[in-house]
Order: sequence, then C-alpha cells, then structure tokens
Amino acid sequence: MSVTQLATTSSGLVRARDIPGGIELERYLDPETEQETLTINMGPQHPSTHGVLRLVLELDGETVVKCTPHIGYLHTGIEKTMENLSYYKALVLTDREDYLSNLCNNLAYSLAVEKLMQVEIPKKGQYMRVLLNELERIASHLLWLGTHALDIGAMSVFFYCWQDRDRVLEIKEHLSGVRTKTSWICPGGLRGDAPTGWMTRVKEFLDYFPARIELYETLLTNNPIWIERTRGVGVISAEDAIAFGMGGPSLRACGINLDLRKAEPYSSYEEFDFDVAVGTYSDVYDRYRVRIEEFRQSLRICQQAWDKITALGPNAPVRTPDRKISPPPRAELDTSMEALIHHFKLFTEGFHPPVGEAIGAVEGPRGEKAYYVVSDGSNKPYRAKIKGPSFYNLQALPRMCEGRMVADTVAVIGSIDIVLGDIDR
Amino acid sequence: MVDTDVRLGLSGSDLAIRDRQFKADVARLDESNLTPDTSAEFKALVDGGLGDEIVIAKRFRGQDFLTVKKERIVDILTVMRDDPECRFNLISDILGLDLLGFDREPRYEVVYSLYSIPHQKRIVVKAQVDEDDPSIDTASGVWIGAEWPEREIYDLFGITFVGHGDLRRIMMPDDWVGHPLRKDYPLGGEEVEFSHNVRDRVGAEDTPSPLF
Repeated sequence: MSVTQLATTSSGLVRARDIPGGIELERYLDPETEQETLTINMGPQHPSTHGVLRLVLELDGETVVKCTPHIGYLHTGIEKTMENLSYYKALVLTDREDYLSNLCNNLAYSLAVEKLMQVEIPKKGQYMRVLLNELERIASHLLWLGTHALDIGAMSVFFYCWQDRDRVLEIKEHLSGVRTKTSWICPGGLRGDAPTGWMTRVKEFLDYFPARIELYETLLTNNPIWIERTRGVGVISAEDAIAFGMGGPSLRACGINLDLRKAEPYSSYEEFDFDVAVGTYSDVYDRYRVRIEEFRQSLRICQQAWDKITALGPNAPVRTPDRKISPPPRAELDTSMEALIHHFKLFTEGFHPPVGEAIGAVEGPRGEKAYYVVSDGSNKPYRAKIKGPSFYNLQALPRMCEGRMVADTVAVIGSIDIVLGDIDR
Repeated sequence: MVDTDVRLGLSGSDLAIRDRQFKADVARLDESNLTPDTSAEFKALVDGGLGDEIVIAKRFRGQDFLTVKKERIVDILTVMRDDPECRFNLISDILGLDLLGFDREPRYEVVYSLYSIPHQKRIVVKAQVDEDDPSIDTASGVWIGAEWPEREIYDLFGITFVGHGDLRRIMMPDDWVGHPLRKDYPLGGEEVEFSHNVRDRVGAEDTPSPLF
C-alpha cells in the first residue's frame, strides 16, 4: 500500500517523494518569495503529548519539516536513587517509572533479582503474576485508547474507557489497598495472597469486559472519520522500526511477530494458550487494531490464569519458602526464633545477591520492559538500568512525522503509546 | 528432623534454608567461561578476525556476556548484527556502567544488550572504556536507534561517542555541570525546611529548636 497523499504546500518549499521504506524530503528557500519555515513549540505542557514531552516543530504551512523531541522534564533520577536503597525498597521505585504498567515493572525487576538469587516461585505465585500483568495490560491499553481517541476527536470513547479502567483499579485496590502503585509483585513472589472475594471480583470483570471491547470496536473500527484520520498515517517501515529498537504493538503493527511472552516465556507463560496480534501496514490504524486484539488475547490469558489459580486452591503458596529472600508469614513470628531473625534481617538490612549481573525482561504494554541489575554482593543494587520501551519508540517519532501534517503528529504520538515516566525515569 | 532441631524450634522450612546456605556457596559455580565451540557469537567474532578484542567471555545465570576492548567496537557490533549465526538486529538496551565500586580498571563499561529476532536469543557485549580517555565510537551507524541511549550515557556518565551527530544532554538540563550517574557524584537532594534549620525565615529566631 503506498503512502497516503502528503500535504503539498502551495509555495513548494518542501517537496516530498515516496521512496521504498519512507519519504524523502527536499527543502529549499524560494528565492522569489524568500519564505521560510516556521518553528513552533509543542509542549511540554500539552494535552496531546501524553506527558511532559516537548516537540520543536519546524513547519511549512501545515507540513512538518522537522520534528525534534526534547525529553527530560520528568527525570527524577530513579536509577541513581535505586542504587542507594535496598532491594525491597528499590522495588517501590519500579512502580513509579512507567506509571501505567506498574505490575509489569515490578515483575521485570523481580525476575532480574530472582535470577541473581536463584529462587523459584511456586506455581500459584506465577499464575497470579500472569493474571496481574494481563489485567495491567488491559488497564494500560484502556487508558491509551481513551486518550488516543480523545486526541483525534472521539470524546465519548475517553469516558467509556476510563470507566472500565476504574474497574481494574478497584480490583488492584481490593488486592493491595492501592489503586495504581501497588508494588505487589516482589522478589520472592507476591507480597500477599488474594483476599476473600477477590477472585469473584476478577471473574465479574472478565465476564463484563468482552461486551465493552465490542462497544469500542463499534465506535471506532469502521468509523469513516477514524479511518480517515488514521489509515496511512505515521507509517514506518519494518527495517526502520527494528533499527530504532522499537517494540511492543508499535513493532508488531509493522508485521514483526515479536512478543516476549512467546519468544522468551517467563513466569509460566509457556503454559498459556494465546495468539499474538500482528499488523500489516504499520500505520496508526494498524497499531489501534493490534491493541484491540491484545485486549481479547489478554482476556483469554486472564481467564486461563483464573481457572488455574482456582484449581490450585486458596492454600497454595504465592511466595518462595526460601527465607533468605522472602519474609516469613507473620503468624510464624510468634513461635519461631529463626523466623523472627529472618524477618528482622530482611526488613532492616535486606538480602545480598551474589556478585553478578542479570537481565529481567517482560513484555509490557508498550514493548520490552527490561531491568539490567548489577549486584556487587551488598544489600543495594549497584546499578539497576531500566529499559523503557517508550524511550526507543519515541526515537522513531521524527521518522514517522516528518513530511506530514501537524494533525497527523498528534495521531502518531497517541499511537506509539508513550509514557514519559518510562522515557525520563 | 533430629530431636535437637525440634527443641530449637526449627521448622521444616528453616531446615530447607540451611541447605540454601550451601547452595549459595556453589552459586558461583553457575558461571562458566565461553569458548568458540560453546558460543556462536564468540566463534563469529573469531571468524571475523576480532578474536583478540575479547577480554572476558562468560556465561552467568544462562546469559552470555562478552567483554571486549573498545577500539574496534563498530566492527564487533556489525558482526553481531550481520553474522548469520548471530543476527542481533534489535537493540534491547545500551547502558553505561561505572565500576568505581568494584575498584577495577578500566572504570567504565558501555554495555550493549542485544536481541536477535530471527534466533530469539540475547547477548550482552560490554566495551571497556578508560577513565583517562572516556570516549568510544558511536554505534548509531550500526543501529540508528543507538543515538538516544548514547546521548543518555554521555549525559549521565560523561562518555563521549566519537562520530555521533547530535551528542548533547538528554535528561538533565542543557546547562548542567557534572555527570550524575557516576559513583562519585552525590545523590543530592534538598534538606526539608523546618523552623529549626531555616535561619532566614521571619520569626525563625523566636522558634525554639527541638531537643536532639
């Protein structure tokens, strides 16, 4: 499919040519009219940049000639701070960098630390992790769909999506007491088991949600305005996407079948039966379709996880019994001296992984979320580098925006689903 | 369990943990050295004439790590990307490491964590960078997506990338002095203002200090 009609300017300052894999721009200063391009600033405070992102756009009329993202407005030094906190305390910071996929960040960090400590998580813990990660993916995609549709003009979708997202947040609140930044997945398993009534609540959501996906599809998928705004917009070739290091639905919409849940299964994902949504045209519309399909696949995984957890029963452990990493249950502290000592040492000093480095990678809603944890044998991570998928996805933004109209820039930013916490950390 | 264990109040799980102590000692045995026979990436580098650049090659916790010298890093990364047995076409992450705490020369490492989509595997290539000459060739010719992570390493560690088209700060403000993620850079932070530690507030001299 060829690239859609580009905006051609009347002054002819910018000529754009289709070449295989992209567009080539040619700009020149018209000597007769001596017109120049206009440089404007979009952000960092802007409702459509999805966070504190600053774009410096050089425009020729409505066409974007050059787009330069400036980031760092949300940089809070999370990696530096993690080097000064024990492993348990550093877990709390992992919620806060990509603030829309908190449990996925927790899981990536926990996998890295567990690899260093060589601990195995019991089956129920793994299934709970899968269930929580997929619920997190649904919640993140709901927020994405609402804000993306709002940017393009479909305001009612925004309200419907946030209503449904609130149900997921209430599920998380029932589990942990916290709506978003739960830190529930920790090195060693989970911080606790599901409370009474939680599984029923999850089941209600899983039964309720498929009809809502149909609602969103009815509103958007065959909507002529939606198609007009998103078809053929923000195209990037598969080679470019790989060269930029993109990941997640943005990469899968280019036709690359890469999903870490299938390629490098972690936390018992190999036991689950699901499909990976892959697009064809790598435009904004395909990224939308990929994420809508990911709703359905996540529901499938959630249903299977729910069945497996129910089959294991309420008494199955969710934490490893290894007391060198996982605190003992509170009831044991009354009777066992060793339990008391373990509890004390774990919560004051923390555990000491052996010297080495490990990578914990999960498939987050935006792409590969990976933690590269370096341990020097002390109780604090020596270096915890956070790979934010949005950092690499945003790098490809100028390639997708240049040569097209400003309104398309807004659609593209929405479609690559960036979270500035992930980018800036 | 023996009778003594029962009297000491040890439960089954605690006994299992005593065995864990022994496992922790043998954990170091999980690390093994790589050879061209056991590692396709090692072999690819040796075949490409770059075998001398490899300083350490080991497998730890199931992940291969290749530590190389920095002089021919672009050739090494190109082999990693293009060799048919390797095909590491996707950057997973490029990060900097400051090894000041390990008291090791050279001080910095630029770590390239790569992923191969055709072969579905990972490799970690670490380039050693000296403190005296903290510069290395850019990898943005190999993957264009290396541009921003290298800017971040320059910003936070001070390692310059030779040949990078746009090397400027990315996270910190443009006029920042210093490189925050270095180990000798302080964590920083502002002291919280209370009445006992703020002198220039109106009425501060009348407010009594708490007893410490």
